[in-house]
Amino acid sequence: MPAGTLYRGREGMWSWVAHRVTGVLIFFFLFVHVLDTSLVRVSPEAYDDTVAVYKTPIVALLEYGLVAAILFHALNGLRVVAVDFWSKGTKYQRQMLWGVMGIWIVLMIGALYPILGHAVSELFGS
Amino acid sequence: MAFDVDNPAPVIEPPRARTSKTPKATRGNFEMHAWLFMRLSGIVLVVLVIGHLLIQLVLDGGVSKINFAFVAGRWASPFWMTWDLLMLWLAMLHGANGLRTVINDYAERDGTRFWLKMLLYTATVFTVLLGTLVIFTFDPNIR
Repeated sequence: MPAGTLYRGREGMWSWVAHRVTGVLIFFFLFVHVLDTSLVRVSPEAYDDTVAVYKTPIVALLEYGLVAAILFHALNGLRVVAVDFWSKGTKYQRQMLWGVMGIWIVLMIGALYPILGHAVSELFGS
Repeated sequence: MAFDVDNPAPVIEPPRARTSKTPKATRGNFEMHAWLFMRLSGIVLVVLVIGHLLIQLVLDGGVSKINFAFVAGRWASPFWMTWDLLMLWLAMLHGANGLRTVINDYAERDGTRFWLKMLLYTATVFTVLLGTLVIFTFDPNIR
């Protein structure tokens, strides 16, 4: 088999797997999120009590994971669009994946303090 | 043996020939439209969802600022109502079609596949309608 044509087990396959897994996770969270937001139709207290859960340190960590999943799915989704609609998309699909991962890491570092800063100061005092 | 005018070769029917018994209606373009919808809604969702994450989780104190009054303040504006409504519909349909693909790929028994998709469609319709109702009937003076 010529080098560089094997799709299985390489970047293309693993980005496809990660796209599926993150997509399913985000969709399941979306159900929960519509339900918790719907509590604004019940009472302000019901909504505020539930949103308070989102402000606890453990759930903040889950939110960071959610953001990680969403950002990967968004960036890799744009790569999929480029592969499908750009004439050179398939040729540069691997380079685009490294671009996706680079931007993803930068954004995840940027999201560290806004999402986890409060949890850290609550856990370790400040 | 050679074929000629007096001894013609037998006619072989093409295996896919349409006959009077062939059903007229073939499958439409649903899967192509679903594929296109995933790309178009995906591009729009990148903007809507990343904007949503910035407002809810990053700017102005992050998640700690969110409460009933914050929601009331945002849904006082038709712009953010439209934003959230569009995000709800596109994300739910995008996610539902994605999970439909996953079910089709992994559920091998016909019955399992059918009932998983019925569950998916029921949950999707319920959630989209619930979210839409909440956005349109929101009352800041609910008490």
